[in-house]
Amino acid sequence: MADNKKIEYVSYLDHKGKYTGIRSWIFTMDHKRIGLIYMYAIMTLFAVGALMGLLMRIELIAPGETIMKPQTYNGMFTVHGIIMIFMVVIPGLSVVFGNFFLPILIGAKDVAFPKLNRFSWWVYITGCFLAIASQFMQHGPPDTGWTFYAPYSTTTGTNVIMATFAAFVLGFSSILTGLNFIVTIHQMRAPGMKFFNMPLFSWAIYATAWTQLLATPIVGITLLMLIAERLFGIGFFNPDLGGDPVLFQHLFWIYSHPAVYIMILPALGVITEIIPTFCQKKIYGYKAIALSSLAIAGVGFLVWGHHMFTSGMSDQARWFFSFLTFLVAIPSAIKVFNWLATMYKGSIDLKPPFLYALSFIFLFTIGGTTGLILGSVATDVQVHDTAFVVAHFHYIIFGGMGFAFFAAIHYWLPKMYGRMYNMKRATIAWGINFVGFNLLYFPQFILGIEGMPRRYFDYLPQFQPLQVVSTIGGFILIGGLIFMVINLVQGVKHGEIAPENPWHGTTLEWQIPSPPPLENFDEAPVINPNPYDYK
Amino acid sequence: MSEREIHIEVHRDDEASKLGMWLFIFTELLLFGGLFLVYTVFRAEYPKNFHEGSLELSVTIGAINTIALLFSSMTIAMALSAIQKNNRVLAMRLIAVTLLMALVFLFNKYLEWSMKFEHGLYPGSKLMPHLGRGDLMFFSLYFFMTGLHALHIIVGMVLLTICFFKIKKGTLNFQNYIHLENGALYWHLVDLIWIFLFPLLYLIT
Amino acid sequence: MANNVSHTTEYRVLARVVLILMFLTFLTIFVTSLHLGAFSVTVALLIAGVKGFFILTYFMHLKYESLLLRILVAMIFVLYAVIVLITFIDYAYR
Repeated sequence: MADNKKIEYVSYLDHKGKYTGIRSWIFTMDHKRIGLIYMYAIMTLFAVGALMGLLMRIELIAPGETIMKPQTYNGMFTVHGIIMIFMVVIPGLSVVFGNFFLPILIGAKDVAFPKLNRFSWWVYITGCFLAIASQFMQHGPPDTGWTFYAPYSTTTGTNVIMATFAAFVLGFSSILTGLNFIVTIHQMRAPGMKFFNMPLFSWAIYATAWTQLLATPIVGITLLMLIAERLFGIGFFNPDLGGDPVLFQHLFWIYSHPAVYIMILPALGVITEIIPTFCQKKIYGYKAIALSSLAIAGVGFLVWGHHMFTSGMSDQARWFFSFLTFLVAIPSAIKVFNWLATMYKGSIDLKPPFLYALSFIFLFTIGGTTGLILGSVATDVQVHDTAFVVAHFHYIIFGGMGFAFFAAIHYWLPKMYGRMYNMKRATIAWGINFVGFNLLYFPQFILGIEGMPRRYFDYLPQFQPLQVVSTIGGFILIGGLIFMVINLVQGVKHGEIAPENPWHGTTLEWQIPSPPPLENFDEAPVINPNPYDYK
Repeated sequence: MSEREIHIEVHRDDEASKLGMWLFIFTELLLFGGLFLVYTVFRAEYPKNFHEGSLELSVTIGAINTIALLFSSMTIAMALSAIQKNNRVLAMRLIAVTLLMALVFLFNKYLEWSMKFEHGLYPGSKLMPHLGRGDLMFFSLYFFMTGLHALHIIVGMVLLTICFFKIKKGTLNFQNYIHLENGALYWHLVDLIWIFLFPLLYLIT
Repeated sequence: MANNVSHTTEYRVLARVVLILMFLTFLTIFVTSLHLGAFSVTVALLIAGVKGFFILTYFMHLKYESLLLRILVAMIFVLYAVIVLITFIDYAYR
């Protein structure tokens, strides 16, 4: 184990620049610090969103009013969605680990536009404040659901304009991040690193960045139209004035479906990094995985109507979207098979990052296959707008992207902070999280099939037993998450000094000290054409 | 002074900068694309009303605006060539002409909108909801699209004005002109959008 | 790090392009004034497309830029066209 104390260098955490104290964080242009301040914001917002979720679960533990009025419940699931989607999972892995590690993985000193990167964070924080403001302004928190469907969103008296404007601002931040990453990958790879020499997390970030860049403007203009409708009655979505509410749904989902790929692609990339490391074996099918990321992003633009099967679309449209939805499942499945093939005959080490990666595969597969039930029109009609959908997307987003985020933090924390966390406690926390998660969400598949609607404050008594199980699961999960975070924080503060390469990885981040120096590489990195060169 | 700042000064990548600008242009194309999609949907549904609506717009003013913008695209492209040839004075003059054309465009836009406002036609007016259904869609689109476009003209003017003063100061010159190149790209984008707005709003019958 | 000099377009090339663009503008006005119904729409949009091509190629220098950039620009237009077409699978059959 190398002893970093002997090496003379200044880590990015200790670097003294133009600013000191908190200003050295808020005004930083160092992609690593920016990654960290995004992470702290996201963790805080996740906690707020999770609290909303827990309150909803308490409300749903019994039929009728339990702890809140119906209007409050409507506001709660709306803000839970807005926070989680726009402020946690869409920025998510991209802005935290993409920012921190993309330049390092490609042998660069920073992103292409460091000032723009800092600006992106400021815009993001502004959007967060605007969204929080919408909760407290005079007309009450929005109650439309995070999807803001017209005509309710254009007529309800609540603070829809502030919330949609916040989403617009957050979208702008997302666009700028995507732009930055695309140019970084095109222009700043170290000499000798061609596109197909890049680690697969870089490919994932690349596909994500294009999606952020191209899809977000559509929701941007849609939200502006929504605001204009509320302010001026322009009529686009109002059937009384000749408009079409379904048009809003088209425009909204043209972005929001690619948005879910913004959420999941970096997660798939992280898992693709973790598995070779903890199997000490080269990834199986490098090119297939790289290209499948692009395929998911590309085909992902063409499937949005599967959110609208019951909206009144033409039959031909429903047939088309269903067919393409089945197609887009293929590149995801390719990744799963390649991961399994990598593990075969690998030298497996069940450390916490790998445990999260394994459970990711399990949870993502459940989420993905239930997605096929939703993608087939005949079955979707039965379960649309039920708890089945809620279970599906939580398995994919939380079990998928969320667990991948936990995997990433357990994988890269030693590199980011130069400290190790307690692995036994991390494993226990993982176990609690896994059990809690499944108890929380699996019953909702069953409830949905039995007819329990989503976004409903009340329900028939026959649904109560499973609702109770789900709520208990929620408490267990929250307990596990708190335990996990405490362990990680203690690791950062008091953990053992981490070596340069605690997991024996082969990608570039493991060739530099933990934590890295300010400009990542003190000498030009030696590029191995095979990023997963395990002997 | 930390080492970091020295490195930032030295690191200059014009190719990256230009790629960044093109990527931003893509987002603008898709932003307006959303509006064009709404236009297409409602035009398909209300062809007669859209025809009648477009008759209310002055083809003459629209044509003058189109010519002004096309001409301004030429002048800004020439300004870039001028600075590349180290002809600072010509570059600044050409930028000035570009800005003048932009002002002509905005002035015409002001005239057009005033005429509509006088007839009670503006977003949120009492008259609008009482128009025929397709008429309302047409005029809502008219104001939204030309308004958003005019906003982009103003942003473009700001960018080009900054370039003008940078040339005056000397920081934008024949060895370092990426900012003008990018500003010109943005200006051409604004022109490109108008190329499609003009026929769709003024000429389609 | 690439600070290579961009191609300098000659003034007369730019002037010729703007004349073509103005001619095409008047052509569009003329064709649409003939009230040929759906044909007018198609012609107007096609001409607009040609004008857009000239602006992209000469004013925006795509003629002298990398193949990568040209492919990207083309792909953006293709993506947009596909999105519009798919949306009309709904609207055309309702």
